[in-house]
Amino acid sequence: MRAHEPAVTPELAREHGLTDEEYALALAAIGRTPTFPELGVLSVMWSEHCSYKSSRVHLKRLPTKGPRVIHGPGENAGVVDIGDGWAVVFKMESHNHPSFIEPYQGAGTGVGGILRDVFTMGARPVAVMDSLRFGEPGHPRTPGLLRGVVAGIAGYGNAFGVPTVGGEVQFDAAYNGNILVNAFALGLCRSDRLFLGQAKGVGNPILYVGARTGRDGIHGATMASAEFEEGEEAERPTVQVGDPFMEKLLLEGCLEIFAADVLEGIQDMGAAGLTSSTVEMASRAGNGVELWLDRLPRRAKHLTPYEILLNESQERMIMVARAGEEQRVLDICAKWDLDAQVVGRVTDTGRFVVRATPGYDPLSGAPWPDDPPVAVDLPVALLTDEAPVYTRPCVDDPRLTDRYGVDATGLAFDPRADLLELLSAPNVGSRAWIYRQYDHIVRDGTVVKPGAGDAAVVRLFCEDERGRREKLVAMASDCNGRFCELDPRTGAAMAVAEACRNLACVGAAPIGLTDCLNFGNPQRPEIMAQFRDAIDGIADACKALGVPVVSGNVSLYNETTEAGGARAVLPTPTIGAVGLFEKVSDVVGAGFRTAGDHVFALGPRGDDRLGGSEWLTRRTGRVCGRPPSIDLAAEAALQGFLVRAAREGLLASAHDCAEGGLLVALAEACILGQSGATVALPAEYEVTPGGLFGEDPTRVVVSVTPYVLGLFMQRVAEAGVPVALLGRVGGGSLALEGVATWGVDELREAHASALDSIVGGDDARARS
Amino acid sequence: MRAVVIQFPGSNADFDALHTLRDVVGVQTEYVFHKTPSLPAGTDLVVLPGGFSYGDYLRCGAIARFAPVMADVRRHVERGGLVLGICNGFQILTEAGLLPGALTRNAHLRFECRDVLVRVDADGPFTQDLRGRVLRLPIAHAEGRYQADQGTLDSLESRSLVAFRYVPAASPDPRAPGNPNGSLHDIAGLYGGPRRNVLGLMPHPERMSEPLLGGTDGRLLFHSAVRAALAR
Repeated sequence: MRAHEPAVTPELAREHGLTDEEYALALAAIGRTPTFPELGVLSVMWSEHCSYKSSRVHLKRLPTKGPRVIHGPGENAGVVDIGDGWAVVFKMESHNHPSFIEPYQGAGTGVGGILRDVFTMGARPVAVMDSLRFGEPGHPRTPGLLRGVVAGIAGYGNAFGVPTVGGEVQFDAAYNGNILVNAFALGLCRSDRLFLGQAKGVGNPILYVGARTGRDGIHGATMASAEFEEGEEAERPTVQVGDPFMEKLLLEGCLEIFAADVLEGIQDMGAAGLTSSTVEMASRAGNGVELWLDRLPRRAKHLTPYEILLNESQERMIMVARAGEEQRVLDICAKWDLDAQVVGRVTDTGRFVVRATPGYDPLSGAPWPDDPPVAVDLPVALLTDEAPVYTRPCVDDPRLTDRYGVDATGLAFDPRADLLELLSAPNVGSRAWIYRQYDHIVRDGTVVKPGAGDAAVVRLFCEDERGRREKLVAMASDCNGRFCELDPRTGAAMAVAEACRNLACVGAAPIGLTDCLNFGNPQRPEIMAQFRDAIDGIADACKALGVPVVSGNVSLYNETTEAGGARAVLPTPTIGAVGLFEKVSDVVGAGFRTAGDHVFALGPRGDDRLGGSEWLTRRTGRVCGRPPSIDLAAEAALQGFLVRAAREGLLASAHDCAEGGLLVALAEACILGQSGATVALPAEYEVTPGGLFGEDPTRVVVSVTPYVLGLFMQRVAEAGVPVALLGRVGGGSLALEGVATWGVDELREAHASALDSIVGGDDARARS
Repeated sequence: MRAVVIQFPGSNADFDALHTLRDVVGVQTEYVFHKTPSLPAGTDLVVLPGGFSYGDYLRCGAIARFAPVMADVRRHVERGGLVLGICNGFQILTEAGLLPGALTRNAHLRFECRDVLVRVDADGPFTQDLRGRVLRLPIAHAEGRYQADQGTLDSLESRSLVAFRYVPAASPDPRAPGNPNGSLHDIAGLYGGPRRNVLGLMPHPERMSEPLLGGTDGRLLFHSAVRAALAR
């Protein structure tokens, strides 16, 4: 078998994505030419995806500590204490490149991967969100990609049995050649029963559990670390195929194994499969591992060590059991019809050693040969801590500020028509076509469903022998890539602020964040400058709002080489935020509730800048203009007030002003509440595009029942939050005095039609 | 009163059923694993929960009918014991021949999760005193389009076995029609068994039984079943 392996040369190393300097470094470190499987191992472990070699120096600047943080970044997912002996485990991760190549499987396995990251820590996943970015609505590939990605997420999450409770989707030409699929999962576990990805205890057995190994996804991690070039369809064999039923068996089997208390460590086989899971586990424990590939359960014939080490077959776990407890693990796996096998042991050598008998295939029925020879022998440290780290050059894009100068005075502006246009825009209106394909209610926990509030609210059943209690958490994901493009630092800070503001609007206080940082090619200095600034913006907002980043993921090389040069995605540092409620009655919806309630705008008067807004982008056809700024102290004051007001029962509704600005927020509160409102712009507002449709942050539309009005005004004054009375809830229309009136039915229809231009014909086609 | 929720390996609304019966309705309820050869003695109500019983990559429920526990479920049906098949449970009941017809891909070919309105159209242990009521219940399925041959449909209608029928909302929404999946005769749920003791339905009453989840119409079915079980 080894005879078929190519000779390892500098050219082959280059084909594996290693630079000449990196290959020289490897040669010096190991003192000989690596074997072919060793080259594969080096290439995936040193890939951007596994090593974070371009991003690591910047990620250090993120605040990651807090009183509730049990585990921050570095584990499979972040863990945050929610009190009474319980914790939530959450993380967001990208699956961008595979989803563009094969949308259904790419998106589905993205969900599968993030679910395993959560349950490998001992938590049962109880909620998923998906943050999606597609190209222009009119781009020929957009409808197919949207359909495939949504169906893929649904196909995996629905069958696995986790509710997909929220997320976001945006369309912009910058994503025409590189869509983004960022999947977030949250799980619940006992804070004293966490499991970590570490190969502890020299001599302990290493077990392989789950789906058998095939050839799918070989070099997925390397693919995720390179930009697309034309003809990317040739990459299809590197896309993994998901089996949510197997994942469900794996979950139930793992949870039962956790409860049996026989494990020292566990990690899922995600990117770079068997290699990265075992190497990372060895690294965290300061140990070595030895793997016996002859014993590995497999479904494809004649797998080589190279293929076994580098494939990304899904739904597989690596466990380190306490010596003598192997049989317990195997018995539980048998109950759940899971393949399981002891495939190695923990060593004290600090080396990653792989043994395999050339030409042997257990599928032939022959017994395992004795004393298989060594195919890989590399220092664990070389693959992890000593992997290359780059401080790549950063240069601000000198042309960026040129885009700020846009004269909006000549652009067509008709408040009545423009509101209807914005509500029906794919970036603003209803996402029902998407979230109806997700089972968003399985597990009886979804209290605020998709589309009903600014954040999803999920009930957690905290139940064990100590007793039973219910807790509520909220979660939201946000990022406006246009603002990040025009001002990365402010845009990233605004993404954090908006995600947390969405939690505050439903009444939850933020307890932790996860980030999924999607950028272009880090070897371009202007991309690296975006990344650097976005990290600083996230850090700024985290400090101001007192919320830590507990997990995250970096996805670089989201760009395509086109005839006119490289085209990167909008810098998209997606933020997933998680908040905690004190009590059930704190939950606040986004829709107006009762006729006669007073309507207010809370938050500082912004400067009505239109840069990056949906209105201006639609009018000019490009992302331009001076973007809004954010006052993080005012943001913290507003959010703190919202949470306190929710706890005091002062808010009938609360809704953030986001895409489309103040007037869209008012219209959405009417649509959700099935009620009109009569409002007048406060004196300091002008009937201009910026005044009605500008997207200044730190603004929330609330409604307040008359009998708590006095206390509400008192609390607003105490908090020092600027407040402007807009009007009253009631009637069947949204009337903006002196400007225009819209029937609520008319608003609802516009809102509901938002995705019709992309997928609206599907039902008609299905019927014919 | 004693209820069990069958756990097939791919069941995922098993917890929803257990929680609702045990914590909301107050019935002694436990899980029974699909490999178990017999139901616990004294079982009054068997719930076949929602989910993807064995992955359901073939036809939904096609493998579940062969599960070891199903032989005793069948005996339970023959004894007149109550069986409630929700969503995948309904699919399993049709595959097992305990209810007629089949549930095929939704007409629009997508999974769909949203609230629907169903009218109670037949009396039976799960719908005592509910006939004519319109209930709001959620659906969450990709394969809920009820189909049967004309003779079967005629027989279901003449024997008044159509328990639930999808009905349109007062102000119809073209993007969310009353019948969400193209079911023949707007069928959302069916009675069967020797004493109308088997009910299969696509909507999820166990996900609409608490004010916190948006409504309590689903609880009516469970309360009716408790009354029926206690009266036996």
